[in-house]
Amino acid sequence: MVKPVNRIITGAHYGLRDWLVQRVTAVIMAVYTGLLIVLVVVYQPEGYEEFKSLFSIQWVKIASLLCFAGLCWHAWVGVRNVLMDYVHPMFIRLTLQVMCIVALLGYLIWFLDILWG
Amino acid sequence: METQYPGRRRPKYLNLFKIREPLPAIVSILHRISGVLLFFPGIPLFLCGLQMMLESPESFARLQSILIHPLSRLFLLFATWFFLHHLFAGIRHLGLDMHYGLQLQHARLSSKLVLIFGAILTVLAGIWLW
Repeated sequence: MVKPVNRIITGAHYGLRDWLVQRVTAVIMAVYTGLLIVLVVVYQPEGYEEFKSLFSIQWVKIASLLCFAGLCWHAWVGVRNVLMDYVHPMFIRLTLQVMCIVALLGYLIWFLDILWG
Repeated sequence: METQYPGRRRPKYLNLFKIREPLPAIVSILHRISGVLLFFPGIPLFLCGLQMMLESPESFARLQSILIHPLSRLFLLFATWFFLHHLFAGIRHLGLDMHYGLQLQHARLSSKLVLIFGAILTVLAGIWLW
């Protein structure tokens, strides 16, 4: 006889990966925050041109994208945990989770468009 | 425990307003609340601001005129606090993950430090903003 499968589609992945991803992305964002503070203190940008040229430096753009992608992944793990804690009906939870994923992917594309568009 | 708390005196339900939360619990729930708020409306607002900052000199000027308004500065100050609290509580969490500060007194002390550093740096950011 086949045992019934009791895994929930909106549940956790029953593993260590998300936990680790949340910590790794947190460290990336913390390092980037420190970097950004140093950049602002060193360059002291005030007007449009100065901010624009600061965010035209390629490695600044790449570091920013890395940080933002990390933020999206970090936010997904966090929001999913919150939804698992407070939203119990499966359909509502799944809908909210899908909305979060779509929103985060949209934000990522938006961010790319701002820096490279 | 059973003898200490006779049945009739035990709480029959969990009323959040009657529970006195320990300090680490307050840091923890603020970590969660600030995280949710940074996600929404935090991220979309941040992207709006970044876009206005980098799009054109006109949009940059528009962003400046929005940020001069006291209400948006107050908003920014709260956003700063949420960000700093989330950052410091997160660093504390990483320490706990590596088994630093697991003892009760240490956990209480680090909770206090998270709250104090978050508040002080928010005030400093506020002074710098104004």
